[in-house]
Amino acid sequence: MAPIVEIKDLTKSYRRGNQSIIVLENISLSIEDGDFLALMGPSGSGKSTLLNLIAGLDKADSGSIKVAGIDISLLSESMLAKWRSENVGFIFQFYNLVPVLTAFENVELPLILTNLSKKERKEHVTTALNLVNLEDRVDHYPRQLSGGQQQRVAIARAVVTDPTMIVADEPTGDLDRASAEEVLRLMERLSSDIGKTIIMVTHDPRAAKKANNMKYLEKGVLANAPEASFSECL
Amino acid sequence: MNLLFFYSFRNLLARRLTTSLTAAGMALVVFVFASIVMLAEGLQKTLVDTGSYDNVVVIRRSSVSEVQSGVERIQASIVETMPEVAVGANGRRFLAKELVVLITLEKKESDSPANVVIRGISENSLELRPQVRLKEGRLPRPGSLEILAGRSIAGRFKNAGLGDTLFFAMRRWTVVGIFDAGNTGYGSEIWGDVDQFMQAFRRPVYSSVLFKLGKSSDFDTLKKKVESDPRLTIEAKRETVYYKEQSEMMAKFLRILGQYLTLVFSIGAIVGAMITMYAAVANRTGEIGTMRALGFNRSGILVAFLLESLLLGFIGGFSGLFFASFLQFFTVSTTNFQTFSELAFSFKITFEIIYKSLLFSLVMGFIGGILPAFRASRMNIVEALREQ
Repeated sequence: MAPIVEIKDLTKSYRRGNQSIIVLENISLSIEDGDFLALMGPSGSGKSTLLNLIAGLDKADSGSIKVAGIDISLLSESMLAKWRSENVGFIFQFYNLVPVLTAFENVELPLILTNLSKKERKEHVTTALNLVNLEDRVDHYPRQLSGGQQQRVAIARAVVTDPTMIVADEPTGDLDRASAEEVLRLMERLSSDIGKTIIMVTHDPRAAKKANNMKYLEKGVLANAPEASFSECL
Repeated sequence: MNLLFFYSFRNLLARRLTTSLTAAGMALVVFVFASIVMLAEGLQKTLVDTGSYDNVVVIRRSSVSEVQSGVERIQASIVETMPEVAVGANGRRFLAKELVVLITLEKKESDSPANVVIRGISENSLELRPQVRLKEGRLPRPGSLEILAGRSIAGRFKNAGLGDTLFFAMRRWTVVGIFDAGNTGYGSEIWGDVDQFMQAFRRPVYSSVLFKLGKSSDFDTLKKKVESDPRLTIEAKRETVYYKEQSEMMAKFLRILGQYLTLVFSIGAIVGAMITMYAAVANRTGEIGTMRALGFNRSGILVAFLLESLLLGFIGGFSGLFFASFLQFFTVSTTNFQTFSELAFSFKITFEIIYKSLLFSLVMGFIGGILPAFRASRMNIVEALREQ
C-alpha cells in the first residue's frame, strides 16, 4: 500500500532567547494509508510537535512532509489553511468545541469552508453525529454534554469533511476510563470500518493498544520503545 | 456565513454584562448625537414649515430678518401694485403689510424673561398662512386693543391665556383668541392689528410685506423687478427660503455642538469597545486556535471578530436611537439667534438621522474592533491551541 504521509529529514527547533532548542531532529517516517498510528514518548520528546507539523499547523526548519503526494512544507499560510480544511480532521485533548455553538453547529463549522449547500451540510452533519451515536444531542451546547460526549462531537467534527487523515492529540487525556474506552472504540472503528488514516499522540498504553502501529519518540528522534511500553501495548 | 454570524452574535450573548455595558456606552454617544441632530432638524423643520412656497416675503435689503427690516409705506404700496401679486376673492391684492416687534414676557415656569415676536397683521395675514387656525376664542376686531396668542405662547408665558391681559407698548391688550400654527414658528408669536401696533410702538414703517404669487413661476421676474427698481430698497424672497435662512445659524450651531460632543464621547466609547474586544480575544485564544486549525484563514478570523464588534456597535446604536426617538414627544423652546426671539420646536427624527446614527455606531464598532480582530487573526495556531 502506498504511504499517505512521507516525512524526510524533518528538523524543528524553537528559539528561547538566544538559545535554539532542537525539538525534532532528522525524522524520517512513512505512514501507510488507513494506518492507525500511535505516537508515544515521554513529555517533551517532540510528539505533539511532529503531529502539528504533519497536520500543517506548524512549519519545519528543514526537511519535507508529503501528504497524499503534496509537499505541505512548500504551501503558503493561506494554502495550508485550505489544505487543512480539506485533508485533516482534528481531535484535541480538551475537545476544543466552540462553547456558544450547539453540537450540530460545532460539527457543521468545518463544512462552512466548503461549497456544500445548507441541505448537503445538514446531511453530512447528521451522518457524522449518527456515527458517534449523538443524534439525540444535536441541539445541546458543549456545557450540556459530558466529557465523553464532547469528545464524540469532536470526532464527528473531525470526520464530517471526510478528510485524508485524522490527527488526535491525547484524545483520552481528559476522560474517565469508560469514556476513554468509548472514544477509542470509535477511533478503532473509523480505522477498521472506514479505513481512515489516524495519527494519535498518547501517553496512555491502553490507547496505544488500539492502534495497529506505534512509533516512539525520545528527545526529538525516533527510537525503539522501552520494553515495558511494548509489552503493555502489544 | 450564517454560522459565522451566529458565532459572533452568541459570543456577545454569552458575555451579557460586558456586552450590555459596552453597548450602553455606545448607546449614550448615539443618543447624544441623535438628540442634538434631531434638535437641529426640529428647529429647521419648524421654521421651513412656517413658510409657503408660493408666498413671497419682502424685507429691507440686507436685513437678515423681519425684526431688523423696515419697509416704508410707499414702497409697500409699490409692491402691492405689481402684477405678479395674486388677486384675492374680494378683488383686492392678496397681500399683507405686517409689523414685527420684539417684546419681553415672563415665562410661567421659570419667571425668566424671554423675547417674544409681536406681529401686526392685516386683513389677509391669516389667509396667507393656511396652517394657522383659530383654536379658541375669536379673531381680534380691527382697530381694537385685542390680540391673538400662539398656542406655545399661551402655554408657556404668564398672562397669555385666553381672556388674560398683557401690558406692553404702554397699553393693555386682551387675549381674545388662541391660534394653532401646527409645528410652525408662528405658534411662538402674538398677533394683533397692524395699525394699532404701529401706533403703540411708534413705528412709522412696516417690517415686511407678505403676498401670494399669481403664478409661482413669476417669482424670478418679480425678484428682478423689485431688486432693480431704483425707488425700492427692498428684496424679495420665497417664504420657504426666508425661514430656512432664519434657522441656518442656530441649526449649524447645534450641529457643530453635536458633532463636537459626539466626537469627545465617542473616543471613550471606542476605547470601551476596544477593551471589551481585546478581552474577548484573550478569553477565546484556544477557540481561535481551533478555528484556525480547522482551516479558517486569517481573514476569516478577522471577519468573525470584526463582525462581533460591529454587532456590538449596532446594538449600541439601535438602543441609543430607540431612546432618542422618544424625544419626539418633547417640545423645547429656545431663543433663535437669528431673530432673537423665543421659538418652540420639537425634536424631529428623520431617515437621514437614523442611518447616520447607525452608521456612526458601526464606525465606532469598527474602530474599536479592528485592532483586537487583527490581533486575533495574527495569532500563532500552535501557541493559541495551548491556551485552553
